[in-house]
Amino acid sequence: MFNEPHPDEVRVITKRFGLPNSASIDTYLAHEGYVAFMKAIEMTPEQIIDELKLSNLRGRGGAGFPTGLKWSFIPRDNPKPKYVVVNADESEPGTCKDRLLIQNDPHQLIEGCLIAARTIGCKAGYIYIRGEYRYLIDIMDKALAEAYAHGYLGKNIKGSGIDFDLYTHSGAGAYECGEESALLESLEGKRGVPRIRPPFPAVSGLYASPTVLNNVETFATVPAVLRMGGQAYADLGTPKNGGTRMLCVSGHVNRPGVYEVPLGFSMQKMIYEVCGGIRGGKKLKAVIPGGSSSPVLRADECDFPMDYDNYARMKTMAGSGGMMVMDEDTDIVKVALRTMRFYAHESCGWCIPCREGTTWLRKILTRMDEGTGRRADIDLIHELAKNMLGRTFCPLGDAAAMPTIGFVEKFREEFEARLRENVVPVTSPDQLIAIR
Amino acid sequence: MTFTPETEKRLQDIWSRYPAGRKRSAVIPMLMYAQDELGMVTQELIAEVAQRCEVSPLQVEEVVGYYSMLNKQKMGKHHVQVCTNIACLLMGGEELWQHTTKRLGIGHKQITADGLISLEEVECAGACSWAPCVVDGYEYHHHMTIEKLDQLLDSIQKKVQ
Amino acid sequence: MSTPAAAPPTVINFTVDGRQLSAPPGTLLIDACKRAGIEIPAFCYYEGYSLQAACRMCLVEVEKMPKLQTACTLPVMEGMIVRSETEQLTKARKGTLEFLLTNHPLDCPVCDKGGECELQDMVFRYGAGESRFTEMKNHEPERQWSPVVFYDPARCILCYRCVRACNEGMGVGALGITNRGVLSEIAPNGGDHLDCDECGACIDICPVGALTSNTYRYKTRPWEMQHVGTVCTHCSNGCKTTLGVRNDEIMRGNNRDRSGINGEFLCVKGRYGFDFNAHEERLTSPMIRINGKLEEVSWSKALGFVAEKFKSVSAAGGKFGVVAGTHLTNEELFYLQKFSRAGLKSSNIDHVRSGDFVTLLDAVSGNLTSLATADDLYNTKAALVIGADLSQQHPFLAFQLRADVRHHKAKIFTVTPGPVREAKYSAASVVVPEGQEFDALNNLTEQLKGEKELVILFGDSIKGQRVRDLVAWAGTLGIPVKYVCLVDYSNSRGAMDMGVMPNLLPGYEADPHPGMSVKQMLASDALDVLWVVGENPLRETKLASKNAFVVAHSMFLDETASTADVVFPSASAYEKNGTVTNVTGQVQRLKAAVRTMGTKTDLEILGLIAKEMGMAVEIGVWSHDVVFKEIHKSVRGYNVPLPILITGGAAVTNPVNGRVAVDVLVDEIRSAGDTLFTSGSLGRYSKLLTSVPEFPGALYKR
Ligand SMILES: Cc1cc2nc3c(=O)[nH]c(=O)nc-3n(C[C@H](O)[C@H](O)[C@H](O)COP(=O)(O)O)c2cc1C
Ligand code: SF4
Ligand code: FES
Repeated sequence: MFNEPHPDEVRVITKRFGLPNSASIDTYLAHEGYVAFMKAIEMTPEQIIDELKLSNLRGRGGAGFPTGLKWSFIPRDNPKPKYVVVNADESEPGTCKDRLLIQNDPHQLIEGCLIAARTIGCKAGYIYIRGEYRYLIDIMDKALAEAYAHGYLGKNIKGSGIDFDLYTHSGAGAYECGEESALLESLEGKRGVPRIRPPFPAVSGLYASPTVLNNVETFATVPAVLRMGGQAYADLGTPKNGGTRMLCVSGHVNRPGVYEVPLGFSMQKMIYEVCGGIRGGKKLKAVIPGGSSSPVLRADECDFPMDYDNYARMKTMAGSGGMMVMDEDTDIVKVALRTMRFYAHESCGWCIPCREGTTWLRKILTRMDEGTGRRADIDLIHELAKNMLGRTFCPLGDAAAMPTIGFVEKFREEFEARLRENVVPVTSPDQLIAIR
Repeated sequence: MTFTPETEKRLQDIWSRYPAGRKRSAVIPMLMYAQDELGMVTQELIAEVAQRCEVSPLQVEEVVGYYSMLNKQKMGKHHVQVCTNIACLLMGGEELWQHTTKRLGIGHKQITADGLISLEEVECAGACSWAPCVVDGYEYHHHMTIEKLDQLLDSIQKKVQ
Repeated sequence: MSTPAAAPPTVINFTVDGRQLSAPPGTLLIDACKRAGIEIPAFCYYEGYSLQAACRMCLVEVEKMPKLQTACTLPVMEGMIVRSETEQLTKARKGTLEFLLTNHPLDCPVCDKGGECELQDMVFRYGAGESRFTEMKNHEPERQWSPVVFYDPARCILCYRCVRACNEGMGVGALGITNRGVLSEIAPNGGDHLDCDECGACIDICPVGALTSNTYRYKTRPWEMQHVGTVCTHCSNGCKTTLGVRNDEIMRGNNRDRSGINGEFLCVKGRYGFDFNAHEERLTSPMIRINGKLEEVSWSKALGFVAEKFKSVSAAGGKFGVVAGTHLTNEELFYLQKFSRAGLKSSNIDHVRSGDFVTLLDAVSGNLTSLATADDLYNTKAALVIGADLSQQHPFLAFQLRADVRHHKAKIFTVTPGPVREAKYSAASVVVPEGQEFDALNNLTEQLKGEKELVILFGDSIKGQRVRDLVAWAGTLGIPVKYVCLVDYSNSRGAMDMGVMPNLLPGYEADPHPGMSVKQMLASDALDVLWVVGENPLRETKLASKNAFVVAHSMFLDETASTADVVFPSASAYEKNGTVTNVTGQVQRLKAAVRTMGTKTDLEILGLIAKEMGMAVEIGVWSHDVVFKEIHKSVRGYNVPLPILITGGAAVTNPVNGRVAVDVLVDEIRSAGDTLFTSGSLGRYSKLLTSVPEFPGALYKR
């Protein structure tokens, strides 16, 4: 644990975090561990999916797709082997929750996978962990070994007739591999370039077989849903936004940290009560609410119940739950540049608008930041981002465009201020040469 | 190629995780663990992994070029990574980066003359709520400050002497 | 009780730009539009290769779909309403082009692709010429990857066409992608060089000037050349090739208009192996041996000299032997055999044989559908290759099978004396020493019985009785079987069809007065004249008749020409009009692309000798169209539809309609064993072929 729990939290999937030896199977078993799976054995796949649907659990990886619905897409009559794949690539800037889930409670994730395997009838699964999280791979491998030793993985699990093997798989540094189809390519040993969809992973995923692919948090929530019952879980949140989720608060607050709160929790309360307000008594300037891909909110927009629908109403996204809080001194141009540097570095390079667009924007923003921007650049940034939006091969292009559009639209005056400081009246000869 | 018994065991174990005919899946994890031993991805390693995973060396090359953690240049005994992405930026990541480059006299993806330390400015390392963060190899150091960073570098440099 | 499922629709109706269109289910929107004459812009889409959806140029508006859709990945759907040209789309495409141009150098004036560059065309169409990009472009130096291939990463737009052409089309996989994001570039398999077929498909398929060929770069411009469609002279696959010609010089070969049986396919020989034509050692003057030395003489002198000699030998009842090359046209071969039989009263005429097609004809006699065409190789559900390294020896046929596997999931079986590339995508691949093929075949019998149909391609190890055994064995499979007898060189089939064999007249009629075979002629000590027309029989064998008068038609002073008494400098196949017949019996037209001063076509030389001998009336006019008319009328299987030929297509000849009752000299049948990079005597004079690092290549290596 990295931060003290807060009384306003509702700890469903993080409730074992503070226990001694929380990662061990003994601790897990002593605290309702594998109870949900034993329950699942008695249920039909349809019943499990119904519970998930009832729970209103939506994917915690970013897109917020209803999990029960996703699982129901797995074709039953397909003779191919089926797979469970865990997305533990956690690379969206601002996000650091999946890490805690694996570090503190790996068996909860294993149990979620087991239930998925039970539901779709599959025999093998992979946990794709970003390469940087090597220590988590070790923790996970240890937990897997424990699960095998206790008969929760392997052949004929607990006499249920279910066989299931689960493995870790290391990534090697690529944000794009968090995108589900790129992840599958990477898992197959290839470059992390997304696939053309349809077909979606549910129909043709790993090794062209039906695959359930979810975020760590999503899988980790499944046991709780079955344990509590779908309805009880749903009731924790708001209508259509079931349960709780982990929010990773970072930046200029007094108590940054990862907190589990019900959906619909107030953003205002989050910042000022749970996280203790802005550091040094400064004023709030802006919040990036759901990872770097989500458009920024101005201070005056930061008071709403955080559920998927309200984020959408605010024209931003719940995303991966990475809330980055910025105080009044924050340099938005710098943040915009750093964001674009990230996307330009992480663009897989497959499609033109993303590959060239992110790089061009990075170059213009660098110029803005260095003080050689021109007035026309502000509109150019805005327009180029719009030219990317909706036209790229995968959502990474959108993820780069959306926040950029947001920065320019909401903080235009900061971009303009940069100009006033450094007026560059004409194109320098150097730049003319560069045009060629 | 021969690896230490531990690495070899690890590679075998990785290889065994994937179904027959799908050994290509092992390419990336194998490269990662073998790189740890060799300090870099060598041409020889590429050929070795290609052969073990039943793909062409070019198919391994493609992968090596893609992933930012796979390095075709020698890395230091300690590969020090400084995150400067948004959350760390807000908390002073850039200052840490400047300080490190100045102190070591090397830049992004460069290595000290003694081969002890290599530096990399990295994208979000997944430690945002405990920013800023510096990663030494695979070891995370949270809530970093210039003082703590100096201590870290001191201890690395002292260990050798 | 289940209700019977509704039959899937056989046609899908939809609307594009207000036009009602229809297409079979599964058709991609971009293809359906193209067929209706609506051109949707695209860089990465390429018919026949896997989908990429990377360039984002083909975006269209589809009603009820919120986002713009890529026409290259969207199958047509019933009732869908599409708009392909709207303001929004123009803006999107212009925007994408603008992105593309940020890192693309605007060096069109010096770029080889200028004038036929798809990016240039696209910018012209959508106008993104003026850029708002004021930063430095990424620049990486150009690299040479092989004697043929140059890569300029700055010009590369990353459409991945080359990667697919190499991997999927050629089955080589020598190209990949390295780095990521804006630093991505195409990478060769050898680190800094290519180790491949050197076929140049990557260069031709590149929409911009990122990949260029060393043979063509900086030499000329597309609009400065004439483009002549003819047939490659190297192997028996008979690929159509379009030669770019300037000032009587062949500048390049390709088939980008996809006309002909091979579509865009050409191997290294077809695309680059034309340079023998301009080799400095080309013979350009007739020569007569005077005092033991070959001296240049005038055409009239040489022709007169030969005619006199032929007349006197003929009058004295002397023995003629005629050896014809397999690079000659059908017209030349037909005329030559007529010359020999009717003019010289000699059936001692033959060519160097590389496959036992004659026994095959006999074994399947009466079965008109038993010979496979190039199309069959693309469409068959299963194919069996016996005793041949198809990718090396018959590159186009191998290409067809690969496409069949990709597009129709065909099953390929191989039984070969060593590893072959086909094994990579075959259903079963057996390596057995020559002579033991039948054991392997018997093991495959059960598996093959389960197939719906089969095409069998066999090399020179299956000849004589073994051909009959093969046909008998195939008969037990109980499925329709077709055959390809794998002969070498551009017109081996033509030579057989035209009766350039001592015991068979044109159309496989038995010759009532059979003559000597090549081997017998060379071994005979009683030959008075050996007349070699475009062949090099003395390359390895010495002529037994010490005093024979040797006449050679040749392009180069090879082993045969250098020992001849008279040498006629002949034109190459790229300098001739006429027809040739490929390994699958498909006849196509040759068109003269260039001329080499001082040479004449073999047909012309034959005709002039006939004229000098006063036999012109008997043998006929030596014009290719007149001779072709006679072939068309008289040779079994050659009454093909003329419009196909005239429009540059390939017409199927089918000579099978009865037994071929002759003995086959099995010993004389031997494949030339050429690899991708060798081409008999001709190949030696191609500097390009001999300069690639893969030369000379080897059979049964991968
Ligand atoms: C560029 C990009 C990066 C992504 N990165 C992650 C990630 O690191 N972790 C994750 O769980 N999902 C990530 N996603 C979302 C996944 O594509 C996918 O929607 C998710 O893993 C599905 O799981 P869920 O339904 O449980 O959310 C990313 C998506 C995009 C477009
Ligand atoms: S396959 Fe044969 S005919 Fe075709 S280009 Fe190559 S050598 Fe010429
Ligand atoms: S042709 Fe459709 S994206 Fe390139």
